[in-house]
Amino acid sequence: MPAPFIIGRSSVTQVMAWVLAALLPGVGVYVWLFGPGILVTLSLATVTALAAEAAMLKARGYPAKPFLTDLSAIVTAWLLALSLPSLAPWWLIVTGTLFAIVVAKHLYGGLGQNIFNPAMVGYAVLIVSFPVQMTQWAGPLELTATPLTLAQSAMVIFGGDVPKATLDAVTMATPLDALRTGLLQQHTVDEIMTQPIFGHYGGTGFEWLAAAFLAGGLLLWALRIIGWQVPLAFLAGVWLTAGFLHFFDAGRFGAPWFHLFAPSVMLGAFFIATDPVSGATTPRGRLIFGFGAGFLTIVIRTWGGYPDGVAFAILLMNLSVPLIDQYTQPRVYGEARKGEAPRS
Amino acid sequence: MSRELFKFRGGVHPPEHKAESNGRPVHPAPLPKTLVIPLRQHIGTPAKPVVEVGERVLKGQLIGAADGYISCAVHASSSGIVTAIGPAAVPHVSGLPDDCITIETDGRDEWIAHAPLDWRAMEPADLRMRLRDMGIAGLGGAVFPSAVKLDPGAARHCPTLIVNGGECEPWITCDDLLMRTRADEILAGVAIMRHLLGSTEVLVGIEDNKPEAIAAMRDAAAGLDFPVEVVPVPAVYPGGGAKQMIETLTGRQVPSGKLSTDIGIQVFNVGTAHALARAVHHGEPLIARLVTVTGHVLRPQNFEVLIGTPMHALITLAGDREGATGVLMGGPMMGVPMPSLDVPVVKATNCILVKSAELFPPLPKALPCIRCTRCADACPAELQPQELFRFAKAGDFGRAQEYHLFDCIECGCCSYVCPSHIPLVDFYRYAKSEIWAREREKRAADLARERHEFRQFRLEREKKEKAEKLAAKAQAKRAEIAADATASGAPDAEAKKALIAAALARAQAKKAEAAPKNTDNLSPETQHEIEEIETRRAKIRELAHQPLEPEEKP
Repeated sequence: MPAPFIIGRSSVTQVMAWVLAALLPGVGVYVWLFGPGILVTLSLATVTALAAEAAMLKARGYPAKPFLTDLSAIVTAWLLALSLPSLAPWWLIVTGTLFAIVVAKHLYGGLGQNIFNPAMVGYAVLIVSFPVQMTQWAGPLELTATPLTLAQSAMVIFGGDVPKATLDAVTMATPLDALRTGLLQQHTVDEIMTQPIFGHYGGTGFEWLAAAFLAGGLLLWALRIIGWQVPLAFLAGVWLTAGFLHFFDAGRFGAPWFHLFAPSVMLGAFFIATDPVSGATTPRGRLIFGFGAGFLTIVIRTWGGYPDGVAFAILLMNLSVPLIDQYTQPRVYGEARKGEAPRS
Repeated sequence: MSRELFKFRGGVHPPEHKAESNGRPVHPAPLPKTLVIPLRQHIGTPAKPVVEVGERVLKGQLIGAADGYISCAVHASSSGIVTAIGPAAVPHVSGLPDDCITIETDGRDEWIAHAPLDWRAMEPADLRMRLRDMGIAGLGGAVFPSAVKLDPGAARHCPTLIVNGGECEPWITCDDLLMRTRADEILAGVAIMRHLLGSTEVLVGIEDNKPEAIAAMRDAAAGLDFPVEVVPVPAVYPGGGAKQMIETLTGRQVPSGKLSTDIGIQVFNVGTAHALARAVHHGEPLIARLVTVTGHVLRPQNFEVLIGTPMHALITLAGDREGATGVLMGGPMMGVPMPSLDVPVVKATNCILVKSAELFPPLPKALPCIRCTRCADACPAELQPQELFRFAKAGDFGRAQEYHLFDCIECGCCSYVCPSHIPLVDFYRYAKSEIWAREREKRAADLARERHEFRQFRLEREKKEKAEKLAAKAQAKRAEIAADATASGAPDAEAKKALIAAALARAQAKKAEAAPKNTDNLSPETQHEIEEIETRRAKIRELAHQPLEPEEKP
């Protein structure tokens, strides 16, 4: 083996482990504000992802251990689980996870080869195929009279016999849903925002979840697991686009802070759009990639068919990565800088 | 005095491991019984042997003469009898033998007559030729003949001379010890370099993890009659690389595909300056150097070693230990594994690093690239290593070249930081060697095609000439028959000649046009690199297919 003969301490496992660790504040806040149901979803997605990963590795003739222990399948599972409604039925979770791991990851060539973010592919498949089930969100505990226990949540998820009244008492529209429905009913943004589901900036509870994802994302940035370009550009894309629309017609378009403090934006900006495999790799490319995803998120939220657009925005930008990378190659050492005559 | 320093992009901070060997004083290594002196220790044409088997040689005697401009002489490191001239094991990763001169030493260590040079009075060109004949080559690792680098060329002078005491590779401390103990001689050599290059500014860059060397060099610099600025630079690998040292000290980058002298800067290693001073002030050719022996040995330290001393003798001297797993020449980032310990110390040997399983655990199996671009962040050449890897692996060498593959300096930073533990540099070496091989093949094919075309042209011409001759003959005959006797073919023949000349010129122009450009006018470093990489090609190619393949199904 030629040089170098030493390597640093980093490993794929370590990178993925930090991503999972950075998601923990978000999971904690989720449990605290929305009840323990998310833990069932996370566990089910994790088990499904690992089983699917193992099966696919075996089918493809790859060794199981190095790839199962790289934790990448668990990251996919968690990102998908955190994007799903917290009381989504078990088969929805399993279907989404299977699609993410089997189709979006392994059929594209496995770790490092997928051009789309697997979790977002899983999410997109579910929201297109099962739009009704994808609305089964548990409302924030603050607004719920009788919150579900862990066992009750598991019952709901696994299709147990839960009285409809109990379920109706805990599920409610997300702030983005409420905004969308309200706007369709010709209410102004200000009227809609008086509903209890809306909090200071974002939704009641939701804004704290967003803040927790933001904190986890900043941790990843501080550890240099992710760069600043994608998250900052993503948030800027959301804020500027929403701000532009809101500035011209505050009655018909939600405030930029409201859009920014939706948990999906923070999760998308720091954890999903920063997926290195499916994202742009050049510094300028990452700015374009992040901004484009933020911009498209607002476009889809405003004019698209779905209340949230983060998943589709990221998938569309995933599609543009080869083009972005190709045209944003940075200057190499010794190459003339832009606007500077080549030195001789 | 504080100089504004600049930061080059990228770099890594591997554990330094300097303390192991820099605490002990430099010891002269004892005279070995046998010296094996390779004729090719430098970049360029190998030296030509000028002694015979059985001949007695003296210490410092020329035994291999420089062959051409980019070449360097080799000398007997001690007195004794030449016992063999021919292939022997040399410190090269391929393990292939190379031509060497073997000397059985007689223990008398008897010097040949030698005297200082009157360097100020000599013509610069003569002085440079003397340095070539005294075997002076870069001791920082590249071993490029110093005489060539000391020629300022058409520019007449090179304003900035940088003396490189960076020594950024982990484990190695020979330059550190040299600066601590022989600062005066280093700067005496620098004075001569400055004289030859016509430099007005002299900078000595030393990484700030060598405070004693910095102090010693500053003390020595204070007593000089020309200004020398000793500049501590941040310790970051590969900060001791010539291009990185230039950027740190001056903020300038060497333009892609050019030499540092094109921007008026020349860089020499401190060891080279020292060897130069010994040559000029004492008339001693380059027959010894400092070598760090470190790693898995009992007493890691620096030795002053005669060129040609077998490596195992030095490891024994430093105290060999159980459990060695291999030996590197150079450091862990860019060093080369030694095929055997019988190989001699050469001019390029700055360090003998003995590996063990604890110090150098086997590298983990590679995972696929996840495009995290830590390699791009670490790359001092500011490349996109993840893309180069993708192209090299896919065999898309054209794209790899477009992405500046040949600007890669193979420092190993990318491999060091890769979380997937991909031996990235191996893939770049593989891609480079494949490109060189293809261009060689293309050149050979072009040559064959040209030969074929010329043969066709010649056959055509001969046929035509024959026909014309026959026609002329027939015409002459007819003319004769017509009884008019003055017709001549002479003007006709003239036109024919002109026609042929024009066709030849066209063919030549076409030939010149068709010649491949990329491997023309290669610098000797690159040429050397090509040869070196060539020998590793088979291994690397194998590797390129190995690490990421799925395991065999039972």
